[in-house]
Amino acid sequence: MPFIPHTEDDVRAMLGAIGADDIEALFDEIPAELRSRELNLPPALNEMQVSRLMMERAARDGAPLNFIGAGAYEHHIPAAVWEIATRGEFYSAYTPYQAEASQGTLQVIYEFQSMMTALTAMDVSNASLYDGASALAEACLMAVRGNRRAKSGRILMPATLNPVYRRVADTICRHQHISQVLVPYCTDCGATLPDALKRYEGEDIAAVVVSQPNFFGMLEDVDAITDWAHAQGALVIAVVNPVSLALLKPPGKWGERGADIVCGEGQPLGAPLSSGGPYFGFMCCTQGLVRQMPGRIVGRTVDLDGNPGYTLTLQPREQHIRRSKATSNICTNQGLVVTAATVHMALLGPEGLERVAAASHANARALVARLTAIDGVEAVFRGPYFHEAVLRLQRPVADVLERLAERGLFGGYALTRDYPELGEALLVCATETKTDDDLERYAGALTEVMQERSPAPATV
Amino acid sequence: MSDIPGDLRYTKSHEWVRQENDGTLTVGITDHAQESLGDLVFIELPDAGRAVEVGEECAVVESVKAASDLYSPVSGEVVAVNEALSDSPELGNQSPYEDGWILRIRPADSAAFENLLDADAYREVVEAES
Repeated sequence: MPFIPHTEDDVRAMLGAIGADDIEALFDEIPAELRSRELNLPPALNEMQVSRLMMERAARDGAPLNFIGAGAYEHHIPAAVWEIATRGEFYSAYTPYQAEASQGTLQVIYEFQSMMTALTAMDVSNASLYDGASALAEACLMAVRGNRRAKSGRILMPATLNPVYRRVADTICRHQHISQVLVPYCTDCGATLPDALKRYEGEDIAAVVVSQPNFFGMLEDVDAITDWAHAQGALVIAVVNPVSLALLKPPGKWGERGADIVCGEGQPLGAPLSSGGPYFGFMCCTQGLVRQMPGRIVGRTVDLDGNPGYTLTLQPREQHIRRSKATSNICTNQGLVVTAATVHMALLGPEGLERVAAASHANARALVARLTAIDGVEAVFRGPYFHEAVLRLQRPVADVLERLAERGLFGGYALTRDYPELGEALLVCATETKTDDDLERYAGALTEVMQERSPAPATV
Repeated sequence: MSDIPGDLRYTKSHEWVRQENDGTLTVGITDHAQESLGDLVFIELPDAGRAVEVGEECAVVESVKAASDLYSPVSGEVVAVNEALSDSPELGNQSPYEDGWILRIRPADSAAFENLLDADAYREVVEAES
């Protein structure tokens, strides 16, 4: 069977049937200014040429020692994870509409959901979303649907949340009458002070977002923020790093009543950094909100003979049945990456995951201690953090990062663009993958770079 | 043939309406509607006190195969909802005209009830659909 889905003749026949001259005519409705100009692509290459080209480009990256986190984290992935996930039975995983032919796939998703509810202490989990940022956008839409007390569609968004998440959520939500209110952070502790929320007391707020740990790596006062939000009649959306939950209090236990919706980026659970994807988003919620939840949910049931079986559930709210009135446009899940995450969590177990989290935390502390001992390097915030922290340098961060890169080191994520008020600030991360030698190598390289003569003559 | 009681009024979108002694109107879905939808698994109720316009979506009736809106047959205010449906949505299948009632509306215009379809007119609607 050829892999080409339709021939020139097929295309002509289909265009003829709908009375269109050519394929371009199908895009007539899109205003010209929104259309991309013609793509300037070189002629097609064959497989051998493409492999060669990609190998050469990959080699240019080298194998740098990486201390960048900022939303995507380097963790050890046991070799068995992708060996199992790429078995033929899992590799072609697609939304299992046909339960009688998809029991294995459905059970994997069910196990994934069970693990996520155990990790977050929430009632239900869906089968995953596309990534952490779009999961937050879906959580905002869901909160506005689910909070019938609030009429405003206003969501309090902490400035300590990953700025990319804020932008993605705004892009997806702003045309649906949902607005973000930015809550400032404490410049001393790098977290949201419950006092900063007081000025919104009594206002109509649909939801409050809490990021734990936050983008600076710092821990938020999740109990106080959760209780405050609930007292205002707002729902609580938790954005969490799943690995950190092996050590931290799960969102379902925050404050008196716990978070209402929990979402985040699943990449730290078995997905390699891989130039930014594919990753997956996860989402959990309370039982009361389950009918507002987007995406797929797999349920366990019994068949006619009383044997356990798995099936998609709560489908009538989805797009293929409810069309424009569906809860969400999301009608699928990240099957393959979720399979890897499920295998990853199963291989590590609760104890393994806890050890990963604890080792990451210990390494981050050791890194911060070593780096802040260097002249011209200081910690910006005081307070507990997970596996990332913000440092301020007495040299331009961009310049320092470039010099570290020359030494085979990715030194961290520059905060100068998103948080200019912090000055020459650098977000560094150390996970369990870093050894003492690695930390020493970074400290040695940074010491050299900080001592180097500045490119511009220093004023005496 | 489904049950269409003669003392009720109806809408083309398969709601039934009963006029109570206090002038409020009780609303549910007809026997024909519950039969077409199949096993009801969830009914999303509005809050009591909500103002509704005629034709406005005011509840969602979800079965194993579809989720359908309930349209308000008249303009007015929702004065009560059937909380028993939260735990037992199957009442809508078992007893569509009694225990399976969905909500009660105080109509803005007391004559609105009279303008709804009577049983014969609704029977024609159902027959035209089949």
